[in-house]
Parts: sequence; structure tokens; C-alpha cells
Amino acid sequence: MEQSELRQWERQCVQEEVPPCTAACPLHVDARTFCSLMAQRRWDKAWQILAKTMPLPGVLARFCDGPCKGTCVRKDAGGAIEMEFLERFCAENAKPVAPPRPLPSRGKTVAVLGGGMTGLCATWELVRRGFDVTLYCSSLGGSLLDYSGDILPEGVLEREIESLRTMGATIEAGVDILLVQLDLLLDEKDAVFVDSDAVSTDLFPIGMLDEMTLGTQRAGLFASRSGEVSFILQAATGRRAANSIERYTQGVSMVTGRELEGPYETRLFTSLEKIESVSPVLDKAYSELTAQDEAKRCLQCECMECVKGCEYLRHFKYYPKVYVRQIYNNDSIVMGTRQANTMINSCMLCGQCEIICPEDFSMADVCLEARRGMVAQGKMPPSAHEFALRDMAFANGAQSALARHAPGADISEYVFFPGCQLTASDPEGVLAAYDDLCRRLGSVGLMLHCCGIPAEWSGQQALMEESMEVLREKWQALGGPKIIVACPTCLKTLREGLPDAAIVSHWAILRALGLPAGAKVQDISLAINDPCAARNDVLLREDVRSLLDSLHIDVKEPEYSGEKTPCCGYGGLLSTANPALGEAVARARGEAVEEDYVTYCVMCRDMLAKIGKRAVHLYDLLYPGNDDPGVRPAPGYSVRRENRVYLKERLLRELWCEDGANAKQPYEDIGVEFTEQARSAMEDRRILKSDVQKVLLQANTSGCHLVNDKTGHKLASFRPVVVTYWVEYEDRGTEFIVHNTWCHRMHIKGAQQ
Amino acid sequence: MSVIKVPEADVAGWYCATCDEEMVLQSVELEYLDSLFNVELPACPKCRFVLIPEGLALGKMHQVEQLLEDK
Ligand SMILES: [Zn+2]
Repeated sequence: MEQSELRQWERQCVQEEVPPCTAACPLHVDARTFCSLMAQRRWDKAWQILAKTMPLPGVLARFCDGPCKGTCVRKDAGGAIEMEFLERFCAENAKPVAPPRPLPSRGKTVAVLGGGMTGLCATWELVRRGFDVTLYCSSLGGSLLDYSGDILPEGVLEREIESLRTMGATIEAGVDILLVQLDLLLDEKDAVFVDSDAVSTDLFPIGMLDEMTLGTQRAGLFASRSGEVSFILQAATGRRAANSIERYTQGVSMVTGRELEGPYETRLFTSLEKIESVSPVLDKAYSELTAQDEAKRCLQCECMECVKGCEYLRHFKYYPKVYVRQIYNNDSIVMGTRQANTMINSCMLCGQCEIICPEDFSMADVCLEARRGMVAQGKMPPSAHEFALRDMAFANGAQSALARHAPGADISEYVFFPGCQLTASDPEGVLAAYDDLCRRLGSVGLMLHCCGIPAEWSGQQALMEESMEVLREKWQALGGPKIIVACPTCLKTLREGLPDAAIVSHWAILRALGLPAGAKVQDISLAINDPCAARNDVLLREDVRSLLDSLHIDVKEPEYSGEKTPCCGYGGLLSTANPALGEAVARARGEAVEEDYVTYCVMCRDMLAKIGKRAVHLYDLLYPGNDDPGVRPAPGYSVRRENRVYLKERLLRELWCEDGANAKQPYEDIGVEFTEQARSAMEDRRILKSDVQKVLLQANTSGCHLVNDKTGHKLASFRPVVVTYWVEYEDRGTEFIVHNTWCHRMHIKGAQQ
Repeated sequence: MSVIKVPEADVAGWYCATCDEEMVLQSVELEYLDSLFNVELPACPKCRFVLIPEGLALGKMHQVEQLLEDK
């Protein structure tokens, strides 16, 4: 990733943008943090937040008229936060804080003429930044002196003026401004600021005033426009003048990058969904209790929309802006640990965040690109995707793959492409579906093959292209028939990979043909689980809903459904790269609804079944068997392979009347039984029955094994390619009972095979 | 890789059936992703059959594998 791309991505995530209140405040007070502290009754801490940003905080906090309220997100859910009353309460009840410590002296001198709010604030801002400031005025406070008592209690203004002196300002009050000679001052000082509300500009003709810089036609002379009545806006003008004088004395541009000085619009998005309307606490003389209640109404604005919908984004504790930085850093590491590998390989690449994000941020794009980069650099952890890629190779191998015209036909108008996971999970369903298609459409060819998506997800572009090329050749050899696809992921992948093919979903065909004979029509309620591959395919989602309607099923839509549907935990090879998180994702999806799920992606069904959620595949309703499909367990890794082999053999035998049996590998003759413990270890550790058989064959042939003198169990190991498998077993003569099995990738040099 | 140690209990009871020998700790070379380590592991003194117990394979050894994969 280039740094410019990083910046682009970072800009697209709005989570770190300032909240609307801070953006709208002329002084950019951090009202969100202030409210959070007030809600915890931490008045002193809350006061520190105000004092950090406000000049003369004791005065200003009492005169704020809440310019943030117009943009407060809470205004549409009961009413804006009563910020001005909270500030006043805080000013009256919090422990005063010492004035800010000024920066080291810059050796620059400034004169401020006029002691109204604007002049006082300009002085505050300038001394704070290390300017040597002298304030000349006839009287301190200007129109502030019109207020007293409840509004501005005695001593408050005096204390802040004392703070100005503490910070190092020289205050020349009681000066007859008439006697001040501007020309002399401009010669003597580096800059001069005139508070036009406190000094009659008749005496100081300042001429044209620049709106942004407050500069005049005389170099070094700055002034405010007279007539501003809001004290907050006067304070903001004082700050703007200080900013200008700082730029002027530094000799930098007076105009660039000043867009965010005054009120501006923020890009932060905050959803009001699920936010209950709560009215403001209207008792304006707040007590501790009412102040706390009012502050609690603050929404603590933030976006986090994508994180709310995605278990993966939540799991890694931050949000895309932080993630993309971590991924960029990961990419740049030459020596040392690449800490973001697991995060990169855990994204389901499902596209949900892109749909939800107000700015269309796509973690899938970022993570897929990062994976491709890792593969190109040889930095992809080998264990992350190897198992899935081995499975893909198996699905495309001679034992499982097939591409033929219908029995007896030498031409195909259609070819049925069920997808390698549907054949692995539900071979009977695939048989029934193919039979149904042949009966109703005439000669339909059959292709058993993987669409190649594991290669794509693992960042192996070359392998993906190679796999698609094989598919293309097989499809062309059949005469380029229309492809009927059952799996939504295959559908999406084939449409991208074979753009010249006519591709139609099995569900669209069934919608057109009507329900198959034997379909299970029943008045029940099921929650629909759209697979992530259907996110951008509204027609597919409609076809499925129409079929469910024909089946009389009352469909419940989960909160995240349709284009916002989450992934089941399989997508992007999450369940291979990070099985624990894959399971957590499936669990969250399972818990999202009360009803049983119906879905049209078999991986969704199996991921849900694995965590114990009742879920049926649409085939279970269209081509029902005898068992309760809601509890059909997800087949384990070995069974999935066996199902593919079984399906091909059975098809060849029954439909094409050929001996479909493949030449058996020697290890397949090893008779083996598994204890419950061994079976669960195999699923957790992704060890196949064939891996175990290979170990046992090797032990038999070489005679090399250990024996345990307490249990009598034997222990053998074998490394077929890159993983060493260990099997603890009992030798019962005709068969082996496997008690346990484990594996590692590290190679033992110079020892057993 | 000196961190790779095999607890006594994991080795207890296992002996080499081929040579009828108890396992004894021997210096063994392990290799993963171009990294080589010398570690003491239980092995048959005659045929050098090395035992990697379950706890080691899934624990420390797995951690080191993951660490090397992220380098
Ligand atoms: Zn031996």
C-alpha cells in the first residue's frame, strides 16, 4: 500500500472526525468529553475540559449561548443538550483551575487596544502562545461590566484578569486611548490588535478589514469588526486575531489552511436508530442530580456503524481507520513480527461494511489487497489457507470433479453447477436437484467443480486465474451451455470469471418452472439468512423469497438482512485462518433470531448447524429427505470429501452406467475406527481420515512406532508433505482404533519419515 | 527454541517398539520456514525415532510456528 492510498482510506473512515458540537462551537470546545465527565459527576475534570479551550473560562462559561445546539444530534431525539446551563453549573460548582502555562517567550511584542471581551481574549490567546503582550484600555471588561449578580458574580472577572497577569500580560488600564499614538506603537511593537467594540474606531481609522485574517491595509495592524454582541463570537474573534498575529510574526501564509478556525461542518456520522427520545431537563438552575441527568442525554456521538454489524471488526477492538493504519504498517515491516497478519486474514471479505458505511469504506478491498501483497512477498503464513486450498484441489481432482453432457446426450443446452460445498454437504440434495432439472428441462449437463473462490480469498490470484481457465475449458468442451448455479458464491464468482457465459441461478430457474414435485409445503415461520454472496444480487434474493412464498413459509427478516447481511464466518476463509473467530461470528448470527433459519448457501447452513442453531438449506425444503433437516449435523472435513467422491461414483454408476470407482490408494484399505475424543480432535485440528490412514500404513510398512507400557496404545507419525501427523491407536488385528491424533508443521530433521 | 521442553509426564510410559528402548533426551534439529533449532527431545537412542507429544505439538511448538510465520 502506498502512503497516498493509506491517506485516502483513512479519510474515508469518519469515526475520528470531531463531533458536530465541537465543529459548530466557534471555540471548538470538546462538549462530548465535557458531557461524559458531567454525566459521571466529575465536575472538576469537566471544568478542566472547558478551561483547556476557553479563554477567560470563568467568564465565558457563564455567557455561552449554546451555538452547538443547532447541530446537536440529540435535537432530533428529545432536544439538544442544554450545554449553556451545564457550563454554568460547572463554572459555579467546580474547583477553579490555574491558568494555562504559557509557551516559552517568542521574543515578539504585541499591543492590544481595548479591554472588552475581544481584547481580553486576544490578550489571553497571545500570552498563552508566548507573546509579550501589553493591553491598553480605559476600563477592563467593556460591556461585561453591564452584568452583575447572578449572571456574573462579583470577583469572577477580576479573577480571570488576575490570571492574565499571572500568564505574563502587562495590563495598562485607565489609559486615555486618545493619547495612544498608533504610529509609534506600530513602530515599537511587532503587531497591534484593536478591539473595535471597546475603542472608538473614529479615533483609529482602520479602513478595510479582511474577514478571514482581520488584517488591515497597514502591515502589522489587526482589528475586530465592531458591533458583535455575542461574547462567544467576540472570544472567537480574539482567537482569530491571535492566529493571524502568530502567522504574521512567523512570516507564513496568512490564509492557507484556516477553514477549520470558525464553525464548520463535520463528516462524523451518528445514527439515531435505537436511540430513545429523552426530553431535556428543564430545571435550568441545575442541581448535581439534574446536571448529571442532562449530561447523560449526550449521545457521545460516534459512527461505528460497520463495527456494530460485524463481529470481526468488533473483535479487533478498533475501527477501519485504525485497522488500515495497522495494515499499512504490517506491509512495511522488513524485519520483525507482522502483527496484523491474523487481522488481515480474518476479514470475511463479505462487503457488509461497504454497504453500511456512510462513506463506503470497504475492509474487503483493503484486506484482499493486503493478502495479495503478502502472497507476492512470500509473507503469507503457510498455515492460514493451506487446508482450504488442499480441499479445493481435492474438489477439482479426479475423484470428485466431473463435466459431462446428460446421460445419452451429446449436446447440452444447460449445465448444472451445484458447487463443491453443496456436493460435500448434501450429495442427496444435489442428486435430487439434478434429476429434477433433467426431467423438466431436457438434457442438462453436469459440472462438479470448485469455482475457485478459496484461491481468490487467500490472495492467490494466479491460482484463481488458473482454476478459472480450467473451468472455462471444461465449459467450452460442453459447447458453452447456459450454466445453472446453485451456490450464491459460485454464482458471483462464475459471473466475474466467465463474463461471456449465460449464467442463471438455480433459484431463478425454479421460480420460473414452479416447485419441484415433492417439495415440502408447510405453514411455518423461518428467519431468512441471506448469504453474503447475495448482497449485491437483489434478483437472487427476490427469487428465493418468491420460492419461500410458494412453500407457504412466513419469512422473518433479521435486523441485518438483504444487502446488509453479515457473513456466516466461512467467507474470506475466516474459519480456516481463525477458527475461533469464525465460530464466534456464526454464534452471533445464530443468536440474532429466535426462529430457525432458512438459507440458500450450504456453508451458511453448516456454519450455523455447527454452533447448534437449527438451520435448513432451501434444498431441504425443495427436495426433502426423511430426517429433520434442522438438526442434520454439519459434516466433518473427512465426510465432506467422502461425500464428493461418493456423489461422483454414484452418478457414474447409476446415470452413466459406468464403473465410477477410482483406483484406490493403498492407504484407503486401512480399516479404522475413531473414539469420540479422536473424532473431535480431528475436526479441531483439521486432520482428515486419509491423513490418519497414511500414518497407519506407514507404521505398518516400516514397523516404526512407540508403545505405551501402561495403556498398550501405539503411537506413530508420518509427514506426507508439509505437516507431520501423529496417531495414538490400538491395533485390533483387522482394524485400528484411533484414540487421539495431533499434528505440527515443524520438521524433525534426520529422524523418522 | 530453548523454550521447547517436554514435561516428564508426557513421555512417561512410551518406549520404542522396534528397538525395545526407553526414550532418552537427545539433541534434535527442528526446521521451519528456513529457521533451524537444536532442542533436547525424547528419542530412541538406537533408531532415533523422536517423540513429539500432543502437549508440545499443540502448545509451545505451535506458538513458535505461528511466530515464525509472522516474521
Ligand atoms: Zn528405536
